[in-house]
Amino acid sequence: MSAKMVCSFLVACAISNQLVASDWKQFRGNDANSVAAGESLPTELSGSTIAWKSPLPGRGLSGPIIVGDKVFVSCSSGYTQDRLHVLCLDAAKGTKLWERQFNALGRTQTHEKMSNATPTMASDGERVFAFFSSNDLLCLSLDGKLLWFRGLGSEFPNASNSLGMSSSPIVIGTTVVVQVESDAESFACGVDTVSGETKWQIERPRAANWTSPTMLPAVGDQPALALLQSSKGITAVEPESGKVMWNFEKGASTIPSATVDQGTVLIPSNGLTVIKPNGMAFEEVWNAGNLGPSTPSPVVVNGMALVVNNSGVLNAGKAGSGERLWQLRLRGPFSSTPIVANGYVYLFNEAGVAFVVKPTEEKGEIVSELDLGETILCSPGAANGALFVRSDKHLFKLANP
Amino acid sequence: MKRIVSSAVLLFAAATGVSSMCDAADVPAAIQVLRSVEPGGVRTEPARKAVSSLVESGSDALIPILKGFTGASPLAANWLRNAFEEIVAAQTAAGKALPAKELEAFVLDTKQAPVARRLAYETLRSADAAIEARIIPGLLLDPGSEFRRDAVALLIAEAEKAEGPAAVALYRKAMSGAVHEDQVQKIAEALRKAGETVDISRHFGFIPKWMMTGPFDNKEEKGFAVAYAPEKEFESGNPNLAAEYDGQLGKVQWKPIETTDDYGVVDIAKQIENYKGSAMYATTTWKSDKDQTLELRLGTPNAWKIWVNGKLVFEREEYHRSSQMDQYTVPVTLKAGENVISMKICQNEMTQEWAQRYQFQVRVCDQTGSGVLPKE
Repeated sequence: MSAKMVCSFLVACAISNQLVASDWKQFRGNDANSVAAGESLPTELSGSTIAWKSPLPGRGLSGPIIVGDKVFVSCSSGYTQDRLHVLCLDAAKGTKLWERQFNALGRTQTHEKMSNATPTMASDGERVFAFFSSNDLLCLSLDGKLLWFRGLGSEFPNASNSLGMSSSPIVIGTTVVVQVESDAESFACGVDTVSGETKWQIERPRAANWTSPTMLPAVGDQPALALLQSSKGITAVEPESGKVMWNFEKGASTIPSATVDQGTVLIPSNGLTVIKPNGMAFEEVWNAGNLGPSTPSPVVVNGMALVVNNSGVLNAGKAGSGERLWQLRLRGPFSSTPIVANGYVYLFNEAGVAFVVKPTEEKGEIVSELDLGETILCSPGAANGALFVRSDKHLFKLANP
Repeated sequence: MKRIVSSAVLLFAAATGVSSMCDAADVPAAIQVLRSVEPGGVRTEPARKAVSSLVESGSDALIPILKGFTGASPLAANWLRNAFEEIVAAQTAAGKALPAKELEAFVLDTKQAPVARRLAYETLRSADAAIEARIIPGLLLDPGSEFRRDAVALLIAEAEKAEGPAAVALYRKAMSGAVHEDQVQKIAEALRKAGETVDISRHFGFIPKWMMTGPFDNKEEKGFAVAYAPEKEFESGNPNLAAEYDGQLGKVQWKPIETTDDYGVVDIAKQIENYKGSAMYATTTWKSDKDQTLELRLGTPNAWKIWVNGKLVFEREEYHRSSQMDQYTVPVTLKAGENVISMKICQNEMTQEWAQRYQFQVRVCDQTGSGVLPKE
């Protein structure tokens, strides 16, 4: 091979890598549905698939996000968890590129299992947004410059929960959508991604709520909507204005969040309820009382709705009808929402054991397991052929060697 | 007036622009822009430019930035911190030395903001681990709780290796600076095991004696918003402790209640009764030797309101989402002489086992969490 050919080959590889490069920009991925579209992740997990393991400066249940060649994750530390950390690591090597710290402005107390760094960060591709249980919402450039800081915990001092807050923000267009809901005070707001100013703010049911907003993608001339879940149900709002488009009022869980799949919304409500929105309205498609999720949110793979119950059992039903297909006993408990990639499901239990499950209509089969040996409560991220997951102590990258 | 000053600073920043703030002479102006940042995410552009200009100024700006923390709002302090961290990162990446001597002197200057001193300390520590042994033992009574915690931890470690009176003396010394529950608990356990008397409640400044009256109706949680007769008296700043009221279950009077709990927990459910769907009122006086700003720190699983000298200083309607020491922090201004601290505590009608607690704990402390006792 001539030098010219080698050079062309390398350029082609570089372009190819650019083309396949993908991001995981928020809780449960870019479309907030836990699907790593186009990703082919390692299915045979073992010690050799741990590409790197990088120490973290604090605790957290927040999952990592990936933007380009950088991984971002939040942590909290200190006796009162009032130290807020945002870390940026090199996705290829796991080396720390930068770290920024801030002091919490809001209440930092949480249940001992939770941490101030429970909500997962989000990104619009140009900047990252970190949110904490203390309701501190801050925006940094990809190289760590503070662009704005909102102390929603000090602006609204009663909007807190002594057990901790966990709702992860999502970005839709130029709006960061945030839910701040508790027994004492509740609201949701849309914050301008660039300026940090509030575009809109709406009152929400005054009740503890740990769910995260999800996104109903734009279809045709119907714009993308933010779906806000609470014990009352689901409220669909325009992310730009906060205008309420429709309400699903049959109640919903306050822990696992709704998932959108091909224009339908799988709501943890009376088990699992699926609706199909259409403009200002929606129709109920099916309900399955035996498909109720525990803490992890539902996912959809190959026409199957999958939920993890309180006993650590993975339950599968038909996504089109809710008809129960099979059950697979895993070793729970699980706090982490699974990821779906290339027809496989990746689950991490609280003890730090990763399971790769191959689901078919007939059964679910454990393809491989890997014990990472550290408590894992976060939902992982996936990008560029790798899984990223954090414990209280480390951030791991799992990839084929 | 504060807003006018802020606006003037921002106008100055806008008028001078980024480039004119890029030399060291404009460091004070840039710092003032950051100190003037307002909540709500409004007008953050000048703050971003101010950070950039400070970064351009390099390490010369580090000490002025740290000094800028004094009197700054927590929001402004975060902007200052970001400027500081960016400069340190840039200096480190360029292989340039930090002004270590000046930074260490700043750490030891207890008149400066504890958060800024801690930032300087941690920056130094990342390159010089020996700083811990050099300065932490002298910071046992520091105005910063994190420094105290480190100093207490060193003493506990030393005490654990010692025996007899030497160990007791070390634990006693550690206790004098301890402001965190876990450390106080550990020290108290060791001292009590050695036969020593420890008054944890007094150490933390818990208020053990109250006058209480009730129950009043809080069925369906409706009583939280109702100002019953004692509440109206609280708002006048002068509760009538000889009064008799129409309560939920008949006539009620004020009665003394005292707790001997280490953590000042007044257990209404155990010491009086777990009246479901009720509200109780409590009041006490706290004598201050001077006008001072302190903190009331509360823990309760019940809905609550708190008044100081007739002024409602905070209220929160949340039930059974845990109860912890220092669950809530309420800054208060106390006057010299007697101050009236009054509370309303509400129980709901939840039937779950974990929803039966009816209790509160209140302490008076300074910003480090160090207990402050009333004037005897």
